[in-house]
Amino acid sequence: MTAPLHETSAGESTATVVGAPDAPGTPDNSGTAKAIQGRSPWQIAWTRLKRDKLALAGAFVVVFLILVAIFAPVIVGLFGHPPNDFHEDQIDPLFGTPIGSWGGISSDFLLGVEPVNGRDVFSRIVYGARISLLVAFLAAVFAVFLGTVLGIVAGYFGGWIDAALSRVMDVMLAFPQLLFTIALVSVLPNELLGLDGSGVRIAALVLVIGFFGWPYVGRIVRGQTLSLRNREYVEAAQSLGAGRLYILRRELLPNLIAPIMVYATLMIPTNILTEAALSFLGAGVKPPTASWGQMLSTAITTYEADPVFMVIPGLAIFVTVLAFNLFGDGVRDALDPKGSR
Amino acid sequence: MLAYIVRRLFAVVVMLLVVTFVTLSIFFLIPKMTGSDPAAMFVGKQADPASIEGIRQKLGLDEPILVQFWHFVSGIFVGRDYTGGGDTIHCAMPCFGYSFRTEQEVSTMLADAFPVTLSMVIGAAVLWLVLGVSTGVISALKRGTIIDRAAMITALAGVSLPIFFTAMLAMLVFRTQLHWVDATYVPISESFGGWFGGLLLPWVTLAFLYAAMYARLTRATMLEVLGEDYIRTARAKGLPEPVVLGKHAMRSTMTPILTIFGMDLGALVGGAILTETAFSLHGLGGLAIKGVSERDLPLILAVTLITASCVVIANLVVDLLYAVIDPRVRLA
Repeated sequence: MTAPLHETSAGESTATVVGAPDAPGTPDNSGTAKAIQGRSPWQIAWTRLKRDKLALAGAFVVVFLILVAIFAPVIVGLFGHPPNDFHEDQIDPLFGTPIGSWGGISSDFLLGVEPVNGRDVFSRIVYGARISLLVAFLAAVFAVFLGTVLGIVAGYFGGWIDAALSRVMDVMLAFPQLLFTIALVSVLPNELLGLDGSGVRIAALVLVIGFFGWPYVGRIVRGQTLSLRNREYVEAAQSLGAGRLYILRRELLPNLIAPIMVYATLMIPTNILTEAALSFLGAGVKPPTASWGQMLSTAITTYEADPVFMVIPGLAIFVTVLAFNLFGDGVRDALDPKGSR
Repeated sequence: MLAYIVRRLFAVVVMLLVVTFVTLSIFFLIPKMTGSDPAAMFVGKQADPASIEGIRQKLGLDEPILVQFWHFVSGIFVGRDYTGGGDTIHCAMPCFGYSFRTEQEVSTMLADAFPVTLSMVIGAAVLWLVLGVSTGVISALKRGTIIDRAAMITALAGVSLPIFFTAMLAMLVFRTQLHWVDATYVPISESFGGWFGGLLLPWVTLAFLYAAMYARLTRATMLEVLGEDYIRTARAKGLPEPVVLGKHAMRSTMTPILTIFGMDLGALVGGAILTETAFSLHGLGGLAIKGVSERDLPLILAVTLITASCVVIANLVVDLLYAVIDPRVRLA
């Protein structure tokens, strides 16, 4: 990925402008000729992002999904049945498939019922959004934090610190993540540090996904830091007597925010896919807690008789990941100083 | 050059030792921290104390982790005897462990599984490289046109689909509904047609995901390359467009793609867990899942090591190729 750079020295002020609308109609005296105003890189990015229809659509879906996850109990209370309740009356006792056609979709069960035990698919999808988004967000935050800190340290201090950290990143990237995670989860106890079954699993998923994600961020941040640390403005700060921490925080970090932000946005969909994959392999949250990947792994034995139950969680993952990817691509293009689109 | 190769090989060996050690630690340290007995875990719930004790002695679970680590690593080179509980099991070199669950040497299981994974990955790799790179190049050249937009939206959809979902969809449509293919694996030595037919769906499914990723990567790289000064120079000095694109642009476009290709190939050969699970293929990935679900420590250790080795070796090969092409690399 090409990481965009913002070489303006106005590092201090930019951080506060993130995401703030650039007030298009600034109180410019309407009668007089418009003075040419300098725009900060963030303002340019925001203007570009607003023009990107696909990115906006992605953002809209993302916001919608976040709201669904937050208000899951309310939504299910209004339109569904409790997610773990069995409705065996909806199931054909002979074949274990839903009685109704199309996976048992009806006005009562909006997305049909699960084969065999008849749980409400709509409720489980809605609750599954919580697990998916929670794990993906927290893991991305963890990975970005760790990757940024260690990447800056490696790039700025160099020498043996850089060599050691780079080796660690290499080992991590060579590690079979899925295999490691399912092996780790298989030896985890049900209760740990006061967390119960699903709590332990969620914590483990966040930590493991985040922990395997940081080297990607770390490598990018390290590369950027390496190229930034010998710039004139850093030398200027040094010659004025600025300490290392001051330079890291005030001179380097603001210029790293754009690539880090792009990576963080694009990391969330990857994390959603990883969480789904782990749940699919049985290393996700514990049943009966609903998750999309786990619904798909249930469907693997029944999809020939009841394809609808397989298609719905698959579409849920697809739409979510696609929305995040559209938005992430938009953010990347908007922040790319070379981009014109 | 020789010094560079030696240095890289040394790094590879260290890396593999670290991976082995970490995997061993998971099964040694976590049960210890949480107070459960690893030996009992590996035998299963119904086992009697005597056989648990036998396993404990055979696996050397009471020994310090460094001793266990040494036993494992030396076993690869000289073979290993498992003694305990009144009997001895010999595991010939190269010993990647002995699976007490299946009463087989792990190396035999690996040898059975490897051709399956290899067949699947090589076939898919050919498909996705051709499909992905050509789509990416066309998209870059036709930038902004309807072709470009359609290709990129398809590619974005491709990378947003979980592979196990695509796999099930493909099987539902092409096997259950249309009866076009039969998705069971047949070794190539038995029947070429059966082998081809059985692997067609896994190939297409895997290739779709990777072709989507490669199309995106190729397009981005190609666009960047086309904006470089030397392309303008090449055009300015009157070179015909096919030469500019084929000789100048393609060469720099392919470099990052080959890097990624090496890594992806390594990672997949080491076990395409999801694809193999979805298609019920018994390759290395299937073996990994079997190992975890049956808590077969020797099996898990071996598969982790093989997977990591594939990634590391693929990286090494890519780096060495770079060193051959670009002299700056070996001096750095």
